[in-house]
Amino acid sequence: MQRIYDIGTVFWRDWVVLRHRLTAFILSRMVAPLLYLVAFGWGLGRSIQTGAGGSYLDFLVPGILALNSMNISFNSVTPVHAERVYHKSIEEYMIAPIWPPAFVIGKVLAAVLRGMISSAIILVLAYFFGAHFAVTPLFLLILVLNCAVFAEIGFIAAMFIRTYEEMGQVNTYILLPMSFLCGTFFSTHTLPDALRWFIEILPLTHTSYLLRGLGSGVPVASGSVVVLLLYLVVGFAIGCRAFIRLRR
Amino acid sequence: MIRVENLVKKFLHKNAAGKTVEKTAVDGISLHIGPGEIFGLLGPNGAGKTTTIRMLTMLTQPTSGEIYYAGQPLAGHEAAMKQLIGVVPQNLNFDQDLTVGENLELHARLYHMEREDRASRIAELLHYVELEDVTHDSVRQLSGGMKRRLLIARALLHRPRILFLDEPTVALDPQVRRRIWELIRRMGRDGVTVLITTHYIEEAEALCDRVAVMSHGHLLAVDAPETLIHRVGAFAVEWETDGSRDYRLFSARQEAMAFAAGLTGSTSVRKANLEDVFVELTGRKEGL
Repeated sequence: MQRIYDIGTVFWRDWVVLRHRLTAFILSRMVAPLLYLVAFGWGLGRSIQTGAGGSYLDFLVPGILALNSMNISFNSVTPVHAERVYHKSIEEYMIAPIWPPAFVIGKVLAAVLRGMISSAIILVLAYFFGAHFAVTPLFLLILVLNCAVFAEIGFIAAMFIRTYEEMGQVNTYILLPMSFLCGTFFSTHTLPDALRWFIEILPLTHTSYLLRGLGSGVPVASGSVVVLLLYLVVGFAIGCRAFIRLRR
Repeated sequence: MIRVENLVKKFLHKNAAGKTVEKTAVDGISLHIGPGEIFGLLGPNGAGKTTTIRMLTMLTQPTSGEIYYAGQPLAGHEAAMKQLIGVVPQNLNFDQDLTVGENLELHARLYHMEREDRASRIAELLHYVELEDVTHDSVRQLSGGMKRRLLIARALLHRPRILFLDEPTVALDPQVRRRIWELIRRMGRDGVTVLITTHYIEEAEALCDRVAVMSHGHLLAVDAPETLIHRVGAFAVEWETDGSRDYRLFSARQEAMAFAAGLTGSTSVRKANLEDVFVELTGRKEGL
């Protein structure tokens, strides 16, 4: 019970910060999806034929959901880097009698919340733009899973990275290529085999496939769920270890 | 209340040649601090004071040695021991995105304080440090002195029996410094055991029941300030040689006066102080 309370405390802090800026957060989260939907959905997308018979907009929306939830959840946790390196406010948690994994879980849950608010905005916008897809409980669960996986990756980065510049490099060299290559804007089947195999190891590819399949009512491979769960478990273990090892 | 035995901390760091070498920051210190005592850890920058406090507050893992709080070993009882201690760190490590009140609320939740106790205790502590008017302000808006007082309020919130203060008045003007001294004295009167690190000699002299002089990771002496002063000599004669001040310590005023009478130029006889002890023990004035 105490452990749940500790998770709640860490989550409470992030919720208070989000509440201070909720309007600004919601408005800012609308910009990128709107641009994607206008540019790729209405603009470029009208001249693109998809093999499945649906519109490119229907194909695109799950990809945008995947990449947006990845970016939002990752970037929601990375301020922990400033708490560790610059403000040292992370020491308040290290000194406190809390269950150490509670810090990781609380931060990840807060990032999931931000990722899901952002996803909800995209869903509303996508329906407004005329996209057709089904939002099932499993669809939402995959979104949550995707947010959690990338929040953990953001947490691990925040534990090890020394400067803001290095954090920018993680965005440039990891998140940005994944945003474009992991089945978000086009199917990975069009990629050369060697690149495709590599891309298909990455978690965002599995999220894109799962969301696209579930959204259009096509059966999905349960293996992709297993891959995401594997990332979740490994990410949690590394995140907890990194937080505990700050004491060294 | 606090017992430390053979505490050691070694770090790996890169030397001037870029080679990774082991550096001993704290080298086998042992201490015993009684309940309600205000104990000062005195030393220049790099003496190992902050590393010692970080080990005592569980922010850094000791390489070896034992720490006991209230007779209980720290190892294996970390969560319970964390409830016993409060920490005023050297850096102003507030959550920059929260208000003054929210920072205190976060601390209260982290220490599992009951909901009904939290609001009244926060109000009481803000009154204690005279910050009740800024509860809803962002911590970014506070002055340096207000932030230091808020750090003290936060550390006391969960009613710790032991309080660690790491350089609590660094970079503060004399007026604010004296206000913080008064707060620390009040804690001592309230029965809280206080361990304070400082490189301000007058701070240690003004506040501490006992001090330990630390240099290069070692404790050079531990005793009451007056005892330490008398150990090196009660009176000092200062005189000028080649443009710089020199001094010598004497156990009796008559001896000091007689020595001063034999000197030419500008001389003075004064009571010895903790700074003299420090210089005698460490052989350096830098960092004071």
